[in-house]
Amino acid sequence: MDAIAVISIFTLAVFVGFEVVSKVSSTLHTPLMSGANAIHGVILVGAIIVADHSKNNLELGLSLAAIVLATINMVGGFVVTDRMLEMFKPKKGDQK
Amino acid sequence: MNSTLYSLVGLAAGVAFILALKGLSHPKTARRGNLIGAFGATVATLSVFLYVTPSGDGSESHSLPIHNLGWILGAIAVGLIIGVPAARKVEMTQMPQLVALFNGVGGGAAALVAIVEYLNLGDSATTAEVIFTVFTVVVGCVSFSGSIITFMKLQELMTTRPVVFPGGRFVIAATLAAVLGVSVWVVTALGTTPLLVLAVISLLFGVLFVLPVGGADVPIVISLLNAFTGLTVAASGYVLSSTLLIIAGTLVGASGTILTRLMAEAMGRSLFGTLFGAFTAKPQAATGTTEERPVRSGSPDDVAILLNYARRVVIVPGFGLAVAQAQHTVRELADLMLSKGIDVAYGIHPVAGRMPGHMNVLLAEANVPYDQLAEMDEVNPTFGQTDVAIVIGANDVVNPAAQTSPGCPIYGMPILEVNHAANIIFLKRSMRPGFAGIENELLYDPKTMLLFGDAKASLTKVVSALKAL
Repeated sequence: MDAIAVISIFTLAVFVGFEVVSKVSSTLHTPLMSGANAIHGVILVGAIIVADHSKNNLELGLSLAAIVLATINMVGGFVVTDRMLEMFKPKKGDQK
Repeated sequence: MNSTLYSLVGLAAGVAFILALKGLSHPKTARRGNLIGAFGATVATLSVFLYVTPSGDGSESHSLPIHNLGWILGAIAVGLIIGVPAARKVEMTQMPQLVALFNGVGGGAAALVAIVEYLNLGDSATTAEVIFTVFTVVVGCVSFSGSIITFMKLQELMTTRPVVFPGGRFVIAATLAAVLGVSVWVVTALGTTPLLVLAVISLLFGVLFVLPVGGADVPIVISLLNAFTGLTVAASGYVLSSTLLIIAGTLVGASGTILTRLMAEAMGRSLFGTLFGAFTAKPQAATGTTEERPVRSGSPDDVAILLNYARRVVIVPGFGLAVAQAQHTVRELADLMLSKGIDVAYGIHPVAGRMPGHMNVLLAEANVPYDQLAEMDEVNPTFGQTDVAIVIGANDVVNPAAQTSPGCPIYGMPILEVNHAANIIFLKRSMRPGFAGIENELLYDPKTMLLFGDAKASLTKVVSALKAL
């Protein structure tokens, strides 16, 4: 990949990452961490790509293990975050 | 799908992740934010089935479907079968360790991806690619083994105290030096063996890195490892030429770093102190001396009488409340007091429970009205006018040592100042110190009354005693 393009993307993403979470109440720290945790589960994409590239059984075996782990991270992460946030919901209903 | 469309889908997923993090930062939009993130991740995953990423060595680009499709779908199914029920069924009290575990497997996945791509590239890998591979393997492995240790600490499969052994810091320094040395070896010599050696010592380093961290600081470490995993994903994105992985990984790395800092601030800890505090802390008297000292313990009836004549009561819930599953009983008690015209509020410490915001989730589960939950800054000035503070299964978050004794592990952590209340009731299972392992002077205060026993059983007795009055 073009080095300048990579550095640009990386730098901008760092700033966006800093910006979006700079003001967040402590109540939401746990769900936010859990949600961010689920997002990096997108390494699943990388795991599928290397499974496609695999040339032998060792490579395939390792990439399938990566797929299992990444799926757990991604899907489990989003589900558990949703469960946490679900609990904040009925209260708001009561207030309004 | 052609490469332009594939890249655009990746960009859309990247935007979805930004919106997700943005949404998650505000209570009203949090749930929607999470769903947007899930949507972005799903779309990104589907898109790799429709586009064949050219192999890194440029050797071949085959037509659809992608190779090993059956195996890939099977592995995803296995992941779903393990991940979804775990996330669905976990008790909310045990959620922090599940998050730690999910983070760890993510780091492990990133390390495996980097190893496979390295094997696949063989001699055709550029130096930059090898460096990024080394980074991913090291940090991914540290995140994996470190998260397993945090899981074990939170699950109390091992001691929650800092684990320090003689010469520990030298062992850690030596391991770190070995990691760096082998990294250089991989970059210069290239080859499978050095990379596997690197993976093994990185796993070891992850264990050593987290062992000295005390129980109360574990959430900060989870958050830090979460940011680490994000960066590994970004690095593997470089090796795989995936803009999406670079964006997603960097976002998590950056936001995770900020979040780690915010959490450390909420606990009044410096990040450095969290990670290395166990090595620099002076041995202190408080933890060692467990001399017998008189405490005043009361019966549920005594507690009920005290509450009956109070005008203002503040409930301070801690992790012990959650463990005893007493959220519903405490709400019953609060409702009863309200019906008697007593002013009731819950004082929520930012790190009550095992993670920032954990207690809010647990009380929300018991349908405690949101307006009764007061944050620390709101409730602290009111303790002077509070007749009774009921501390249920909490300890460290009300320990005045955090304000009065420099050198104690939680010194500097903001606390709920229940010591200003006219009366303090502690519901405790035993005299055992809290998660941080520090003695609490407040327990011996003359205005403190202790009610020993399971929080739920005790509260039930208090409720019936109060009803009878």
